Amino acid sequence: MQSLNFVVNGSSCEAAPSDPCSLTEYLRDDLGLKGTRLGCAQEKCGACVVLIDGQPRHSCQIEVGNLAGCSIQTVESLESTAEGRVLLAQFDAHQAGQCGFCLSGILVRALAFVRQREDGSRGALLRALEGHLCRCGAHPRIMAAIEASWQAVNGRKVSA
Amino acid sequence: MTAGVLAPPLVAQPDPATWLSLASSDRVVVRTGKVEYGQGVLTALTQIAADALCLDTGQVELQSAHTHAWPNEGFTVGSTSIEESGPVMRALGSLLRGRLLQAAAQALGVAVQVLEVRAGRVLMHGEPTGWDYWRAGNSLLVTPFGPQDSPAPDGAAASVGLSLPRVDLRAKFSGGAFIQDLEFPDMRHAVVLRQPIRGARIKAFDSQRFEARHPAAKWVRRGDFMACVGESERAARAAHETLRARVQWDAPQVDDVGDDVQHWLGKQPAVETVAIAGADAPAASGDQVVEATWFRPFIAHASIGLSCSLAWFKDDVLHVWSHSQGIYALRDAIARVVGLAADSVHVHHAQGAGCYGHNGADDAALDAALVAMAEPGVPIRVQWSRDEELREAPLGATMSVTIRAAVDPKGRISQWQTHIRSTSHLMRPGWWGKPNLLAAPAVDPQWQTERDGDIPEERGGGATRSARPVYAVGSQRLTLALVTSHVRTSALRSLGTFANILAIEGMMDELAERAGQDAAQFRLAHLDDPRGAAVLRRVMDMSDWGGAAAQGTVRGIGLGRYKSTGAWCAVVAEVALESEVEVRRCWCSVDGGLIINPDGARNQIEGGIIQALSWTLLEEVRFEGPRPLASGWEGYPILRFGQVPSIQTEFVGANENPPLGLGEASQGPLAAAVANAVSRAVGQRVTQLPLNRDRLMRLLTQ
Repeated sequence: MQSLNFVVNGSSCEAAPSDPCSLTEYLRDDLGLKGTRLGCAQEKCGACVVLIDGQPRHSCQIEVGNLAGCSIQTVESLESTAEGRVLLAQFDAHQAGQCGFCLSGILVRALAFVRQREDGSRGALLRALEGHLCRCGAHPRIMAAIEASWQAVNGRKVSA
Repeated sequence: MTAGVLAPPLVAQPDPATWLSLASSDRVVVRTGKVEYGQGVLTALTQIAADALCLDTGQVELQSAHTHAWPNEGFTVGSTSIEESGPVMRALGSLLRGRLLQAAAQALGVAVQVLEVRAGRVLMHGEPTGWDYWRAGNSLLVTPFGPQDSPAPDGAAASVGLSLPRVDLRAKFSGGAFIQDLEFPDMRHAVVLRQPIRGARIKAFDSQRFEARHPAAKWVRRGDFMACVGESERAARAAHETLRARVQWDAPQVDDVGDDVQHWLGKQPAVETVAIAGADAPAASGDQVVEATWFRPFIAHASIGLSCSLAWFKDDVLHVWSHSQGIYALRDAIARVVGLAADSVHVHHAQGAGCYGHNGADDAALDAALVAMAEPGVPIRVQWSRDEELREAPLGATMSVTIRAAVDPKGRISQWQTHIRSTSHLMRPGWWGKPNLLAAPAVDPQWQTERDGDIPEERGGGATRSARPVYAVGSQRLTLALVTSHVRTSALRSLGTFANILAIEGMMDELAERAGQDAAQFRLAHLDDPRGAAVLRRVMDMSDWGGAAAQGTVRGIGLGRYKSTGAWCAVVAEVALESEVEVRRCWCSVDGGLIINPDGARNQIEGGIIQALSWTLLEEVRFEGPRPLASGWEGYPILRFGQVPSIQTEFVGANENPPLGLGEASQGPLAAAVANAVSRAVGQRVTQLPLNRDRLMRLLTQ
C-alpha cells in the first residue's frame, strides 16, 4: 500500500500500513491512541466514533486507505480544546458513566454537538446520540453533562 | 466495631502485609480481593477504609486483585461487596490504628485514651506528637492480627456518606484504563476456532492448505481446541476464516430451540426440588383462586466492550490478565485444564467494560491461557468478536414462574404456591466439580458438565432468588424444576429475582383486583416489615400514586426485596402505549441501610432500572437451530437514549442500619411496575417478556 498523509489530533501522520486496516485499528495499534474503542466492528455501538473533518463517524469500518488529506480528531484531543475541557469537566462533575467504555465515542460526538450553535434542543441531542449504545444505564447523566456543556459553550440553555 | 471477632477473611488471612502497605510516605495501600467493573466498589471501599484509618481519602490507595500474594475475597458478586468487604475495611482500619495508638502511647509514656489519629497523624489533645503510620512503618505489620490486638473504636464518619467522585472514572474517559488497552512487547493475537456445537470433535484438518494460504500465521491445537495466532488481530481473524473452512467436525445432533422458548423450556428434562415444603392443599371454599405463569426468555449480557484476556507463560509461571469477577476460582480452573499447579498460575484482574454477571471473561482467559501454553515466552492476547459475545458467552437463564394464590372473602391472601422452571443461574468456574470454561470440553471431553446445578437456597438461591414474597401470604409452597440443556446459562444480574418479582407483583395486582382494593393499599395491608412498608409509602408519595396519571398514561407499581435479606426497592412506572410501550417516568424508593456514597448508589439504582427496562421491553435471545441467532446489535437490540425515562430516586430508612448492596435491587421492581402498568392499560394480565412491538400488537388485538 502506498503511504498516505492525514492529520490526527493536529499532528501530521504518514501512514503506510502493510495490510489494509480500519481506522480504529490504526489509531489504537499504530498510533497507540487507545481512547477510540472497539465494541462491535459493525458501526452499531458508537464506541469507535471519531471526528473526520469535523464530522462524527464510526471508525471501525473505515479503511485507512480512504483517508488521504483528512483531519481526524480522537477523544485524546479534548484536553487541548476549550469545548473539550468543558465536556470533560461536566462529565466528571455529573459522574456521567459507570463502566465508562461507551464514553470516549460519546465524548467525541458531544464535541461536535456542543460546537454547533444552531440547535441545542434535547431532540437534536437525542438524534446525535442515536448511533451510541450504553449498557450500564448512564444515559440520564450523559445527557445532563452534554446539555450543561452546550449551555456553557454557547451561553444559553438547551431547549426542550 | 468492637474488639473480639475478626471479619472472616481476616481470620483466614491474618498476615497484615497481605492487606496493607506503608511503603509510600503519606499513603496507605489497602489491598482488596474485590474487583471494579463500573459499580464503584473501589471508591466505596476507599471511603470506608479512609474513615476506619482516620485518613483523608487521598491518602488511601485501594489496590485490586491478584491471585498471588494477595487477599482472596472470592467473587465480586451477589451485591455482597459492601456487606462483606466493608467490614473487612473497617476491621483493617481499627486494627492498624489501634496498633499505631498503642505504639505511640508506649513511646510517649501516655495513656492511649489521650491520643487520636487524624490524616494518619497521632495527636495528643489536638497537638501533633510526631508519630504517624509511616514513622511506625513495618513495625505495625509484623505480627498477625489476632486476639492480642486492641482495635481502636470507630472514629467519626468523615468520608462515608459523601458522594466522593469515582476514583477510576476520569481515566476511563480516554485511553489506557481497560484490559482491552493492555499491550506487551512482541505480543501476538489469537482467535479461537469454536466448536460448532458442544460435543463436536474435529474429524479432519487440512493443515497444508491452511499454511499455504497463511504462511505467517500459526495454528495451535490441543485436543479439539484450535486457534490461529497472528501478529495482529486482523491477521489472526483472516487466518481464522481459513481455518474454519479447513477443519471438518463430527457434530452431535442437538435439538433446535425454536421460536417458542417457553414451550422449549417446558419440554426439557429437569430435576425437581422443594424449597418450601408447604402443603399442596386446596384453597378454602369462598376463597378466590388465581393461577398464572410468567415467562422471561434467555437474555444476553451484551456489554459494550468485548471479552478480552492476555496470557504469558514464562519462567514456569502462567500469568493471565482477566476482567473476571472471580479470579481465584478462575486460577484454579485454568490450572486444572492446562495441567499446572495452582501456584504456577497467577491471575491479575484488569478492568473491563460493564460486567453484569458470569459473562465471557473467564472463557476468554482460558482461550488465552491455552494458546500461551502452546507458545511459551510469547504474550498472547485474545479479544472476542461481537459475534462471540452474543453467541458463545453464557446467557442469562430463561424462567417460567407459575404462582397459584388465593384471597379470602375479607381480602386477605390465604395461600401462595410457586413453581419455578428454570435453567441454571450458576455455572461459574469451579462449581459442581467442573471448570465450566467454554474451551475446556474441547481440550478434553471429561470437562463437559453433564448436569447443571444452581445456587443452594441457603446461599441466596439462583432460580429461587427473591421468590419468597415479602408479604404475609398464609401458607406457602415453593418448588423448582432445574433444567439442564445444551444452552449454557449462568448468573446474570439479580439472577432469579427479575422473573420472580415480576411474577409476585403481577399476582399481587391480580389479587388486589379480586379483593376490590387499590394495588398499593393491598400491598401495605399485607406488609408486616416496617422497612418494606416505608419504602412503598415513599414511592407512593413521590409519584402521587392516588392522584391522576399524566394524560394518556397508566401507572404500575412494583416492590421487592433482593434475596429476601437485601435492599428494599419500590418503583412506580408511568407508561404510554404508542407504537411501542413507552415508559415516560419512573419513581423509585430504596432502603439500602447506610449509604456509603449517595451518588454512586443512585448511579447503581438508576442504571439497574434502565438495564431492566431494556430487558423488559426489548430483549430475548432468539435461536437458529440449536444456537443463538444474533451476531450483532441489529439482532439483539438494547434500549437507546431516546427510550430512557426520566427517573427520580430517593433513599429512605435509617443510616444506622448496616449497608446493603444496591446493584441488584431495582431490576425486579421495575419489570413489575412496567408489566403492571401495561396490564392495566390493555385490560389483561401481561405475563410474557419482552413487551416489544410484536407482543404489544398481539395484546392490543386480542
